[in-house]
Amino acid sequence: MVLNSVSEYKVYVDVMAVFTQDGRLIPKSLRWEDGTVYEISRVLDARRACSLKAGGTGMRYTCIVNGKEMHLFYEDNNKWFVERK
Amino acid sequence: MERVILHSDANCFYASVEMLHRPEYRTKPMAVGGDPGARHGIVLTANYIAKRAGVKTGQALWEAKQACPDIIFVPPRMDLYLRFTQMMREMYQEYTDRIEPFGCDESWLDVTESCSLKGDGIKIANELNRRVREELGITVSVGVSFNKIFAKLGSDYKKPDAVTTMLRDEYRKKIWPLPATDLLYVGRRTGKKLLKLGITTIGGLAQTDERILEQHFGKIGLVLWTFANGLDTTPVRREDAHAVIKSIGNSLTTPRDLLNDEDVKMVLYLLSESVASRLRKHGFRARTVEVSVRDNGLFSFTRQHKISFSTCSASEIAEEAFRIFRANYTWQQPIRSIGVRGCDLVTEQYMEQLTLFTDAERREKEERAERAVDDLRRRFGYYSVQRGLMLKDGALSHVNAEEDHTVHPVGYLYDL
Repeated sequence: MVLNSVSEYKVYVDVMAVFTQDGRLIPKSLRWEDGTVYEISRVLDARRACSLKAGGTGMRYTCIVNGKEMHLFYEDNNKWFVERK
Repeated sequence: MERVILHSDANCFYASVEMLHRPEYRTKPMAVGGDPGARHGIVLTANYIAKRAGVKTGQALWEAKQACPDIIFVPPRMDLYLRFTQMMREMYQEYTDRIEPFGCDESWLDVTESCSLKGDGIKIANELNRRVREELGITVSVGVSFNKIFAKLGSDYKKPDAVTTMLRDEYRKKIWPLPATDLLYVGRRTGKKLLKLGITTIGGLAQTDERILEQHFGKIGLVLWTFANGLDTTPVRREDAHAVIKSIGNSLTTPRDLLNDEDVKMVLYLLSESVASRLRKHGFRARTVEVSVRDNGLFSFTRQHKISFSTCSASEIAEEAFRIFRANYTWQQPIRSIGVRGCDLVTEQYMEQLTLFTDAERREKEERAERAVDDLRRRFGYYSVQRGLMLKDGALSHVNAEEDHTVHPVGYLYDL
């Protein structure tokens, strides 16, 4: 599908996540396209939201990575993506 | 108690979903349209930039290109749009269980009973409007009223991304000045007929003596009169209530023009297989077969014929369709597209009157064979079993009419 090709706005990433016993899905780390793995130290917020920048919609996790806030999206096609800066 | 009905309409639905996923197109004129290579190239939806340049839904791609030379065409991705339809529906379900979809981008919601919990209609409408924008990245226009017709007019009133109320103390001011053709079921032809009677606006229609309308339009005249006066009481169907299906049909614009009876027969069998399989899936039988034909000069006609028994057999439908075709077409022109439809449906509980001249046992056997084919196709794929006839022209027959063409528009008036 065209959506999976490299986009200048949208980066699909590998994510390590846990399911909690009450059924929540929480991302723990992500691997950027250059292979670097980034730990997610905290998830501040999780809600359904769209990304106009990258183009897509799903669960939006507001995460702290390297002390900075960023959005990680779990798209409705079951893939994770990040907005390219 | 006064009903509270919302009508939510996704603005330029397909185009909006594409623009969400392809940010680079947001500032450019763009249309979602069929694949020009496969020749069914029409504009399904255009974005607002293209619409302002004069591009309209239903135009051929070349017409759209004439109206707007810079336009970008995007092939449709139905699966993606249907995902958004589903997500919108899930959101609506948080407010009410009375949701009636009208196509894949519009829905009526009866929120009468939800108001004590979720706030009044206007509040719910604003919330839906905001949530769709923030959560799904597309926009909806929502109409708020006390009946379905006015709610729909409300969602059409202001686009995109707006909420419009059409309440009891407002509709005379807001709705009555609108052109009569804005009303559901007033198309171009009815509009022209109304014009002859000097009726140009919805208000004009509302204030016309209903008997005059009945004289000129029959039953539908009265219906339109009640619509215009806000007297429509049609309920919003509950989600779980299945749509009343009146007919099941498929049509196909073929990859190449059909040139002779042999070609037509192949396509008719192909379409009939899909129609029959869908009839069986829904537990229906058809008592009338309808054939529609469009030649490459775009002349088209539709003919139907009642058959003496009810059927859900592809062979029987195809044979009847072919007979209708032979009786009505003389090959003035090659054919561009053709359709088969089973109408006058009965359920499987229908008691069949057997006749002396058909072999009921053989028919039953054939039906069982076709059901076995359904099952094989379900398990091993559509092309695992095919009729010998289809091998004559692979390009023509290599179309899975059932899976590729099952977006059903839903009618509004079930009892007309």
